[in-house]
Order: sequence, then structure tokens, then C-alpha cells
Amino acid sequence: MPEVTYVAADGTERKVQVPEGRSVMQGAIQNGVRGIDADCGGVLSCATCHVYVDPDWVDRLEPPSEDEEDMLSNTAAERRDGSRLSCQIEMTEDLDGLRVQIPETQS
Amino acid sequence: MSDGLVVLGASYAGVQIAVSARESGYDGPIAIIGDEAELPYQRPPLSKGYLSGKVDDAALPLRSAGYYEEHRIRLHLGTAATAVDRRGRAVVMADGTEHRFDRLAFATGSRARTLPLPGSDLDGVYTLRSLADARRLLAAMGSAERAVVVGGGYIGLEVASTLVTAGCQVTVLEASDRLLSRAAAPPLAAFVTEVHRGRGVEIVTGVQATRLIGEEGRVTAVESTDHVSRPADLVLVAAGAIPNGELAVAAGLACDQTAIITDACGRTNEPEVLAAGDCAATRQGAAVLRLESIQNATDQGRAAGKVVAGRAEEHPVVPWFWSDQYELKLQMAGLVAGYDRHVIRGRADSGRFGIYYFRDGRLIAVDTVNKPGDHLTARKLVASPAGITPEAAGDESVDLRSFLKAQQAAI
Repeated sequence: MPEVTYVAADGTERKVQVPEGRSVMQGAIQNGVRGIDADCGGVLSCATCHVYVDPDWVDRLEPPSEDEEDMLSNTAAERRDGSRLSCQIEMTEDLDGLRVQIPETQS
Repeated sequence: MSDGLVVLGASYAGVQIAVSARESGYDGPIAIIGDEAELPYQRPPLSKGYLSGKVDDAALPLRSAGYYEEHRIRLHLGTAATAVDRRGRAVVMADGTEHRFDRLAFATGSRARTLPLPGSDLDGVYTLRSLADARRLLAAMGSAERAVVVGGGYIGLEVASTLVTAGCQVTVLEASDRLLSRAAAPPLAAFVTEVHRGRGVEIVTGVQATRLIGEEGRVTAVESTDHVSRPADLVLVAAGAIPNGELAVAAGLACDQTAIITDACGRTNEPEVLAAGDCAATRQGAAVLRLESIQNATDQGRAAGKVVAGRAEEHPVVPWFWSDQYELKLQMAGLVAGYDRHVIRGRADSGRFGIYYFRDGRLIAVDTVNKPGDHLTARKLVASPAGITPEAAGDESVDLRSFLKAQQAAI
């Protein structure tokens, strides 16, 4: 099962196995990774699952949709190069080892 | 040993209370009691992606079983509570067992309102609230050819959109004079009505169902006050929800009918008892406000969980809500009641626009259609004391985010 490393704002790392087809957000919520709120459950309504994807991984993801783009400009923490909504990153075997950093705040 | 926190209701609000209590530093025992057998799960998809096949069972649990173990949150699922003994500080279960508590939190949610229609017990007649309801409805949808949805609220319309997309002939009967009469303002309702009609849904307003007709125990038609009998092999009664506050009423807590009255932090009139989510109504001056939404369950649950940890904090929040119908993402920010003016930002016929509602010149609510970024900005604008003028809101050359930033910089 592919593994995701969640890096908290204070630098603490947490590795979680996330089944293929599930999102990086679901992996965090199901396992209680703190700092990802996901208030809307993953339907592009809240922008509270914002993460910074590690620079090594950014280009290996499908680019954000127009709606995700629209929301990334409205996240609580500042938008950076690797900013994504983690509910929109679906896990595949190719993403085994993905690293994402969790911002200071989601609201 | 302390008896700790007992949460009644394995719901969104219930789980949030437990999670927040732990995250806020509460270290005592936590038990969540729920009458359904499943791990606490997400409800919004049940009327949306679950029925269209986009969301499966495995995606529904709010947290994994391991999460509860790790955070020492005991789940008691599949048994109903029958009474709350406040003096003895215990919840009495249907099987006779008791759960003692120092602190009790009601998160019992709401249930589908049923209508006293003759024929309601026929096969083919459904309500939608629980996962079990959604499974039954999903199983029936495959073979349904003609559906009648009784009630033109969000759940009825979401299911109607899925049914008609799947090739079913659909009628929505709404008793009031327009769709979404409780949940949305007329401008959004009018747009939604046109979309449904454009997809071939028959929308009938000002008409009440009077009787369900059946043959051999199965529904075959719906009769209504317009003296029409509409053939149907599937009927969904989507007539709103009733808060599950009966145990609180019986226990003598202050309630508004069956909604449990709380303050802004989820505290009831009894110091050891909290309530959050659909079953709770927040006191606002002389009135009470009850909202049925994930945002409300989450925010009230968070506040109540903090109270358990000894941190009562009031945070003003802008209510928000969403609905998915067809390819439309409808998002509502703020409360529209009492608006005296509205402006449209963008063009409704483009399928991407916003409706900005004002009262006495102040922005109080915003509905957006397929504009998720604007929805997020709108929540901040509604919360902002400076707000935005109707003129600026309606002018697409005014960039809302820059406008908000300039405003925040000026404070």
C-alpha cells in the first residue's frame, strides 16, 4: 500500500499507509493526522485540507482543476508553489513515498 | 475513577465532541453511544455521490476504528439508549445496561419527518437519513422508472437530480409555493427550479401528496391535492427533519419542542449536559436558531468538546452549507432571512455566478453556483464588519479577494 509522509507545521513526521483510490486527505482524517480539518469531507467546499506538496513531488501529481485553483487562492494559510487541497490528490502506487507539509492553520 | 464523558449519538457532532475534547487536553474516559451498527460515517454523500456511485461504503467512515482506539474513545454501537437518569448520572440502554457519566453530550441528530399519508407503509416508499436508508434507496433506484419525490428541499432535489440523470422520470411535489422554501431565498430557488425543469424533472409547487396507492403491497401512484394521480414505482418522502431530543425532554432539559436549547458553547441549562448538531438549538436573544448542516455540527461539536476540556470559547461563525445537483455546486454562506435587496454577480445563464443578499445595506448572505473560490471569500466578507456594498458586489471588475485584502489591511 502506498505510503504518505505528513509533516506537521512543527516538523514532526507521520507516515501513513493510504489505500490506492483514497485521497491524501482521507489518509490523514482516518488516521487522526492533526492539522488537516477537511470540514466538507472532500467535495471542494471548504479548503480546510490544504497541504504543501514537497517540491520533489509537485510535478508528479495531476494538476489542480479550475475549481481547486479557485479555492487555493482562498486558503487560510498562504498559498505557495506546492499548495494543493489534499482531498484532490488520489493515491496511486506511483505516489508511494509522497511527502506533504501541513500548514499552520486551516481556518 | 471518573466516569468521564458520554456522548449520545455516533454522529458528526458526536465524533467532533470527542475528538475536540481529546485535542483540547481532556484526558478522562470517553464513550460514544450510537444505535446504528456502522462506524460513525459521513451523511452528506448519502443523498449525493453515494447514490450516483461516486462514493462507496469504504469512503464513508469519519475516522478509522484504529483512531478511536488510539485516542481511547470507546464506541458502543448498535444499541439504542432509552433514558437519561440525570440524578444517577447514567444513560440507560435498551439492553438494560447503563453508562455512567460525569458529563453528558447530546449529539443525537435528527430523523426524517414522515407524513401521515395513507399508504406510507407500501414497498417502494423511502425516506433518506441513514446509511441503511441510502442502501435501500440505491438498491431500488436501479429498476425505478417513475419516481415521485415528496418535498422540494435539498435532499429531495439532490435525489431527483440523480434519478433523472439515471433515466428515471421524476416529479417533485412541494407543498409550499416554491422549492427550497425553508432553506434558500427565492432567487436561488428560482434558478434551481429552472435547472431541474430543463433536465426534465416535473416540478409541482403548492401541491400536497394526499395518498399513496399500491398494488400487492407495492406503491404504484401518488395522489395529490391537484387531483392528479401520478404513477410511481419509487416514492421518496423528503419532508424535512425532526430533532432527536426526546430523551432530553424526558430528562427535563430546556428544549424547544424536541430541540435541545444551548448557549453558543453547546451548554444546556444543566451544567453537566452539552448538546451539538441537528438536535441542538442555540439561544439567540429571545429566539433559538437550529441549523441542519455539517458546518454547524462541526463547529458546535468543537465548542462543546472544548467545554469538556475546560475551555469554553465563543467563536462567531458564518454558517455555510452546500448542495450538489447535476454538475452544479451550490454553496451558501450566511443566513439569508430578512434580506431586503439582492444583486447578482456574473450571469445566471453562464452557470457560474453569485447572489449577494443585503439587509439595510449590509451583506448578510451569499449563494454561489460553481464559484467555490468566491464562496470562501464570501464567508469572510459576511463576517467582516465593513462588508461590501451592493454596487461593488455586483461589479465583476471588482476583484473580491483584493477588495477583502485591502479592507483587512485598513483595519
